[in-house]
Amino acid sequence: MKASDLSRLVTARTERRPIALVTDLGSHEQALFEAGNEAQSLSLSPAQRDAVAEALAANRSGEIEIEGRRLLVQARVPDPRLIVVGAVHITQALAPMAALAGYEVIVVDPRRAFATAERFPGVTLRHDWPDEALDAVRLDARSAVVTLTHDPKIDDPALDRALRSPVFYIGALGSKKTHAARLQRLAEAGFDQAALARIHGPAGLAIGAKSPAEIAISVLAQLTSARHGQPTR
Amino acid sequence: MMHQEEDVLQTALSWKEAGRDVAIATVTSTWGSSPRPAGSQLVVDGSGAMVGSVSGGCIEGAVVREALEAIADGKPRLLDFGVTNEQAWEVGLACGGKLQVYVERLE
Repeated sequence: MKASDLSRLVTARTERRPIALVTDLGSHEQALFEAGNEAQSLSLSPAQRDAVAEALAANRSGEIEIEGRRLLVQARVPDPRLIVVGAVHITQALAPMAALAGYEVIVVDPRRAFATAERFPGVTLRHDWPDEALDAVRLDARSAVVTLTHDPKIDDPALDRALRSPVFYIGALGSKKTHAARLQRLAEAGFDQAALARIHGPAGLAIGAKSPAEIAISVLAQLTSARHGQPTR
Repeated sequence: MMHQEEDVLQTALSWKEAGRDVAIATVTSTWGSSPRPAGSQLVVDGSGAMVGSVSGGCIEGAVVREALEAIADGKPRLLDFGVTNEQAWEVGLACGGKLQVYVERLE
């Protein structure tokens, strides 16, 4: 492996870009494979190129044998990320649960008394306003946003940014009435029905959740279903 | 949050930048009950120090030996471990698993 390729693999992870290192196990030639740079120096056939792209999309590392060629694909795909807006009681349950499920968790709350290290040990906390915070973290297709404050001043700017991004899940806590009022405000701000339909509101599966931990479970279950594109039943 | 597995390639890079010789071992394929999936990596330096894992402990010793040879001769190698390989018993992979590991020097 070339040190320059290794350096690019490491940088891609910090920048949250999917990338793979492809090794021809016959010739030992190697090249990086990512959007816009698909291991050209290996002269992959279309079928080989597709197989590598599919492995990368599925975050699947290992050997692929195709058209008599043995290719080792080392896929590096960024972890899914959950941005929770509102450092509330439910968040104290949701943050560690989501971390266990493999998410990088970021909690955003401009109210410093809520988002404290004592209440959220080990969690990345941001105290800027949600629109600024979400701009800074760069929402991508492997990110999810959940708003939990019920306070339009805090939740709405976050939903605005989430709706303008390719995040795979948007959830907003609040009663049906709160949610209807929220949709009304966002519609007035210019979002159409298709955009608003992306918001899961009230967030979480209907499993009769009552306690903060149970509500966290229902939200995490819905998030899991969205992540894998698997409808709930 | 603290969930993220240590990035062994980050370690490989920092070792290289510190002037150490480095080899990287990657699981290419597994069959049966191998403890670590394809793509798992072990990073080894010229003194035999290592981070990461390719088997949860069974074959690391043998992989480190090959890594040190790869550091010395610069040749990448594809190693087989498993029940079909005499070395399997020697290295203790008697759980019925088989795996293949690619070992290369960091240039």
